[in-house]
Amino acid sequence: MRNPGSDRPFVIGLALLGGLYVVLIVALVVADAAYLKPSVAWQTLSSPEIRYAVKLSLIATTASAILSLIVAVPLGYLMSRYEFRGKRLLDAVIDVPIVLPPIVVGMSLLILFRWSSDIPYSKASVVIAQFAVAGAFAVRTMRVTFDQLGPRSEQVAMTLGCTRAQAFGRVVLPEARHGMIAAFTLAWARSLGEFGPVLVFSGATRMRTEVLSTSVYLEYSIGRLEGAVAISLLMVAVSIAVLIVLRLYGTGPIPGRTAR
Amino acid sequence: MIALEGVTVRAGAFQLEGVSFEVAAGAYAVLMGKTGMGKTTLLEAICGLRPLDAGRIRVGGRDVTDLRPGDRGISYVPQDRALFSAMTVRENLAFAPSVHGWDPRATSERVEELAALLGLEALLDRRPAGLSGGEAQRVALGRALAARPDTLLLDEPLTALDDETREGMFALLQSVRKAAPVTVVHVTHSREEARRLADKVYILREGAVREALPEDIKEHRR
Repeated sequence: MRNPGSDRPFVIGLALLGGLYVVLIVALVVADAAYLKPSVAWQTLSSPEIRYAVKLSLIATTASAILSLIVAVPLGYLMSRYEFRGKRLLDAVIDVPIVLPPIVVGMSLLILFRWSSDIPYSKASVVIAQFAVAGAFAVRTMRVTFDQLGPRSEQVAMTLGCTRAQAFGRVVLPEARHGMIAAFTLAWARSLGEFGPVLVFSGATRMRTEVLSTSVYLEYSIGRLEGAVAISLLMVAVSIAVLIVLRLYGTGPIPGRTAR
Repeated sequence: MIALEGVTVRAGAFQLEGVSFEVAAGAYAVLMGKTGMGKTTLLEAICGLRPLDAGRIRVGGRDVTDLRPGDRGISYVPQDRALFSAMTVRENLAFAPSVHGWDPRATSERVEELAALLGLEALLDRRPAGLSGGEAQRVALGRALAARPDTLLLDEPLTALDDETREGMFALLQSVRKAAPVTVVHVTHSREEARRLADKVYILREGAVREALPEDIKEHRR
């Protein structure tokens, strides 16, 4: 018997439209996996150059994510809690790395650090290039976190004897832990996939500044498409693992949200 | 004792102008007013969360107008309770004593004392997220009383509670009064709360506070 009030056709319509995008993403990964021969994948991923790139990628992305969180927590808090002259301009400035073409970020970093002969094309430059973009995503995440938490808990903490700094340390930061994990994870994932600024500012020197995103480029540029695909799939696996962590810990409910 | 002398507070387009009233030490004052009259704004000003544009606030004869919130001896229970979600009930209750540097043993004894007074013994290791409205209100009350403040500000503490829980909270607030020598300013729009709890009732209307007349708190018959 047909239920005249059923939402089913509507929901199916939404699922079909939205599902097209999901199918595209899954198809991309499946096509990569189907293209790859296991023996080539093993050969590529076990080569010293790629193992070096994996190691440098993990170290650099972790350093970049830590740096991103270090600036995102204070900046997100200030932007969320305080009104000040130039706030809208600052808001726009923070978004610049998100909207700029990646190659422009890399080129600008080269110009900024032209005084130094040590930083460009060094391992440190990889971290700087990743941080320059990933930091903006972390700041956005922390600002939303503090907006959602609302100021009430820290205000109560202040009436109970805390200074604002103590209230921040004892109440706000523990309550913002889900957002901090989300910001860290997002910055980490973003850093892992960063290519343009790293290529321009750090180069893609094997066994020196090569990270996974540049490995894909190097393999591709010398015609080793299967090697590039193997590294891509490794990055997909790492990204999925990180996104699972993000979903498990980063998007939990944010208690203490206040409505005034 | 808490005294407001000509307190003026602006909050956007909204303004409280020259508010003056006094609550004797240990008394229970109820401040009534309709929604949007500035009751919460006034409480925030009293506890130092909102700056005054004019006037003075005294607690126990001491001028606290320029003191930071934590130095005023005033505890505040906001309408949404704002329990510390990352802490257990025990940690919420122990918060103020630990901030004030009490030794751990005294803090622990105070937590046990409050848990017994407020019926929170079974909840001490729970986190606020799973508590009912009445339980959360009792925890918020305990957290506010923990460091033995001179004055307690309650913002609509019985709103959004079911009838049974509300009845229990009436009894609890009365027993808290007996147990702790604290001056209370309780904000509400409920005549019943004013009648049952207050030593003195004030009305906040159009930016000013006056003492309530008997007809202000008389039960309306429908």
